[in-house]
Amino acid sequence: MISTGLLPVLITTFLASAVEATEMVTIVVGVGATRGWRSTIIGAISGFGVLAVIVVVLGAALSRIPIGPLRLIVGFLLLVFGLQWFRKGITRVAARGLAGMPGEDPHESAELWTGPGMDWTAWLLSFKGVLLEGLEVAFIVVSFGAGANNYGVAILGGASAIVIFLGIGFIVHRSVRRIPRSFLQLIVGTLLTTFGTFWSVEGLGVDWPASDGTIVALLILYVATAFTYITLQRRRASRMPVAA
Amino acid sequence: MARVWGWVVGFGKFWYDFIIGDDWTVAVAVFIGLIVTGILNSNHIVGWWLMPIVVVVMTGISVQRTGARR
Repeated sequence: MISTGLLPVLITTFLASAVEATEMVTIVVGVGATRGWRSTIIGAISGFGVLAVIVVVLGAALSRIPIGPLRLIVGFLLLVFGLQWFRKGITRVAARGLAGMPGEDPHESAELWTGPGMDWTAWLLSFKGVLLEGLEVAFIVVSFGAGANNYGVAILGGASAIVIFLGIGFIVHRSVRRIPRSFLQLIVGTLLTTFGTFWSVEGLGVDWPASDGTIVALLILYVATAFTYITLQRRRASRMPVAA
Repeated sequence: MARVWGWVVGFGKFWYDFIIGDDWTVAVAVFIGLIVTGILNSNHIVGWWLMPIVVVVMTGISVQRTGARR
């Protein structure tokens, strides 16, 4: 088998990028609204520029590796990385349900910029926000593109999520924090773990019993696993004595 | 030299935190699981079932450990 279905790749890279895009938008829009838009937008564009270079360089390097060993390596990395989000998603959804992002609103914490010329603080905050949050997106997009043997669809999924969420962020920026990020993280963690398992085992030369259909079976297994552990965590928390 | 070494350590730590995160035992279990799956496969023994079990069991252990720390 050479390529995995395009739709699952598009959906997973879109949702994974959406998780990071919510934080990215909160930072960029928060900084822009308080310190001014010009320097903030230049900082964000600089961050996206660096991210694009990372995706192109990594993609070009990975496309030279044969698909079998590549799927083993990419599958292993996606599985380990995806399990991080899977575990965090389970513990966070168990603890907070579908709540949005915790912490203070950056609109309230950033200082107002009134000076002339370039605001380097705004530039740096925006650049750092885009680069650090986007690095995970770049990692997922490149890994998924390599595993599915289709970089175009993976890049389309990642880029469209960022564009859509940035657009939403500019229109209704205070509502972005209400997006249930933990729940999104759980969904993406489940998808990454599913594809990571599938590709890593396939990369070893092992045949799955139902070929691509196994992806659906793995997804059902991991959704049931998440649901079971969330229920157990909540029961455990409700049995704990409340501190006076 | 110390500055270069500090940069190398920082770079390595960033990728460690980024990919492996707060529970290294999960990454080790996945690694061992894949080695065992490869060994089973090379001996013509069906091995696809092992990794889903590793994922489910290690997630449970890790989630419980995180819950116990809170």
